[in-house]
Amino acid sequence: MDSASSDRPVPGQHLAPTVARSVKILVVGAFGVGKTTLIGAVSEIDPLRTEERITTASVGIDPGQPNKDTTTVAMDFGRITVTEDIALYLFGTPGQRRFWDLWSGLADGAVGALVMIDTRHLEDSFEVLDQLELRTRIPFAVVVNQFPDSPDYPLERVRAALDLLPETPIVECDARDRQSAVLTLITLVEHAMTFPVFQKVNA
Amino acid sequence: MDTEEYRDHPVRSYVLTSGRAHPSRNTLRPETLVRAVESRPVLSTAGRLERELVQLCQGTLALAEVAAYLALPVSLVAVMVSDLVDAGNLTIRSNHQAHVLPGKDILEKILDGLRKL
Ligand SMILES: Nc1nc2c(ncn2[C@@H]2O[C@H](COP(=O)(O)OP(=O)(O)OP(=O)(O)O)[C@@H](O)[C@H]2O)c(=O)[nH]1
Ligand SMILES: [Mg+2]
Repeated sequence: MDSASSDRPVPGQHLAPTVARSVKILVVGAFGVGKTTLIGAVSEIDPLRTEERITTASVGIDPGQPNKDTTTVAMDFGRITVTEDIALYLFGTPGQRRFWDLWSGLADGAVGALVMIDTRHLEDSFEVLDQLELRTRIPFAVVVNQFPDSPDYPLERVRAALDLLPETPIVECDARDRQSAVLTLITLVEHAMTFPVFQKVNA
Repeated sequence: MDTEEYRDHPVRSYVLTSGRAHPSRNTLRPETLVRAVESRPVLSTAGRLERELVQLCQGTLALAEVAAYLALPVSLVAVMVSDLVDAGNLTIRSNHQAHVLPGKDILEKILDGLRKL
């Protein structure tokens, strides 16, 4: 997959005519944590990319570009036809505060979010978790990617370091492996089903 | 990218405005499913991109897929789709309200589907 290419992808992979409902899960996490890899591992289409120019509401937050007032944010996504009538979309987006306006629209109506964590740079995920907890009500599960040089922390230590609620799922994953990636999605949807809102609402 | 044809459109991001500028856009999300209405020919006044968009939607696609295939931002494609729905050339396939969370029955179906992958 050549993510740097700006060539248009070849269109044509329509959904089956029976599909009449779509749902989405967000895949968020710091730069380079493996969002696109996980999406690509489970998607039935080659991951697609769109870009959005956004105005950064918080000028000066990015010390590298103090005078920039617009920036381009890429969103990678894939799709899984999970039943004959439901398509699940996976939207990968950086979750930092300065992109909030963009991904708050994405979070609206989502089943939940996978928060991908690289234990070599744990602190990079704090901001994403803060945004999710403070500014959305969507369920999330934490996915710990294992890189060859990742420190070998037990998951409970990572949970403590991230200050997660006891009920928030945390799982290890190899984002390149389809079954491993599918398991993270199952974990998230199972967790979403325990949310109080789902005990009574039936859409 | 040819944005000349869109000078008349408010090319502001629907995610930034939460669709407030245009009520019919409220229902459009990146995952919203759209499809062309076959019986409805595209108006001769429609631009090249509009034709291309309707052509793409001969089968069902999500708004985000249309945007990726056209190499345009989702926000811009949402504006085009909204206009094409109003013109009767596109229909919105997904039969739910954008703001309503998927219910437990839907989550159960998703889980079943994921477990079979
Ligand atoms: N060993 C290992 N490598 C991984 C894993 N997930 C991703 N990688 C590698 O990490 C690199 C970055 O992965 P991406 O999927 O591009 O990360 P991303 O989060 O989409 O990155 P940005 O979109 O740039 O923020 C790639 O070289 C992947 O092959 C994993 O679970 N294990
Ligand atoms: Mg990526």
